[in-house]
Amino acid sequence: MMSPSKPRVRLPETAAVGEIIEIRALITHVMETGNRTDAEGRRVPRNIIHTVTAHFEGDLVFKAELSSGISANPFLAFHMKVPGPGELRVAWHDDDGGITIERYKLKVE
Amino acid sequence: MTARLGPADRSEKPIVTSATRQSPQRIDRRTLLAASAAAAVTSALTSGDTFAGGVVSDRAAAALAEPAPLTPTPQFEKAFTDIVGKATLVEDGGLSLELPEEAENGNIVPYRIGVESPMTAEDHVTRVHLFSTQNPQAHVATFHFTPLSGQAAVQGRMRLAKTQEVIAVAVTTANTHLVARRIVYVGIGGCGEG
Repeated sequence: MMSPSKPRVRLPETAAVGEIIEIRALITHVMETGNRTDAEGRRVPRNIIHTVTAHFEGDLVFKAELSSGISANPFLAFHMKVPGPGELRVAWHDDDGGITIERYKLKVE
Repeated sequence: MTARLGPADRSEKPIVTSATRQSPQRIDRRTLLAASAAAAVTSALTSGDTFAGGVVSDRAAAALAEPAPLTPTPQFEKAFTDIVGKATLVEDGGLSLELPEEAENGNIVPYRIGVESPMTAEDHVTRVHLFSTQNPQAHVATFHFTPLSGQAAVQGRMRLAKTQEVIAVAVTTANTHLVARRIVYVGIGGCGEG
């Protein structure tokens, strides 16, 4: 089993309506490629975060489909045009079927 | 950030804007790869102004003396065809792909992608595909955007197995396919083989 993933998302606490803000999302994850073999010569099975989604009040802001070509501890920076106050929900989906979800409140000025 | 182009500007843009292209109707990908590889080599030789801010290093010089394996893998060809199909690729169409010219460690190579777009409901970038031409896994990522994204831009970190060209393709609501490419000289390859 994987060690627990530690997600971190950075976005401003407050923003103006219509402002384009940057959102930075990082999670600890080995992103095992499936190309490696262990000391006994056995192939280490692939285990990656394959999808990351960001929704604001239920609407899709950004989605990334990732492969083993993405570095360990995948980091993504993307943007959102602030429609109003609400909740940002970021979800990381991995090959084990695990989903890590984080929620962040955004206030408007 | 890059300047946005208004709808008027965009409509006046020709389909293919590269001044050097002889035949704008259909672009052969291999020719493009070869041409851009040659261009990168030339610029690496003549320009000290690199992404990293340094001059051309011994490594880059060595890579130039010994031509890099820039011929894309069959795996890349298949992935590219499966995902992009036969779409006409527009060069210089407002898609920027930033990568370091040299990566000491192929396990962590920062990339930054941005597309000029009004990002309105009627006219926005829907997705950007990121490809490696030499990795065991050619399709690195696909990023999806909506008008709520505000900006079709993404940053992250990728793995590069060896010196190679990285290619990004952006798709708009009008089904225009923009392409951008960068060659990265890689020190220690990073795809966990062996």
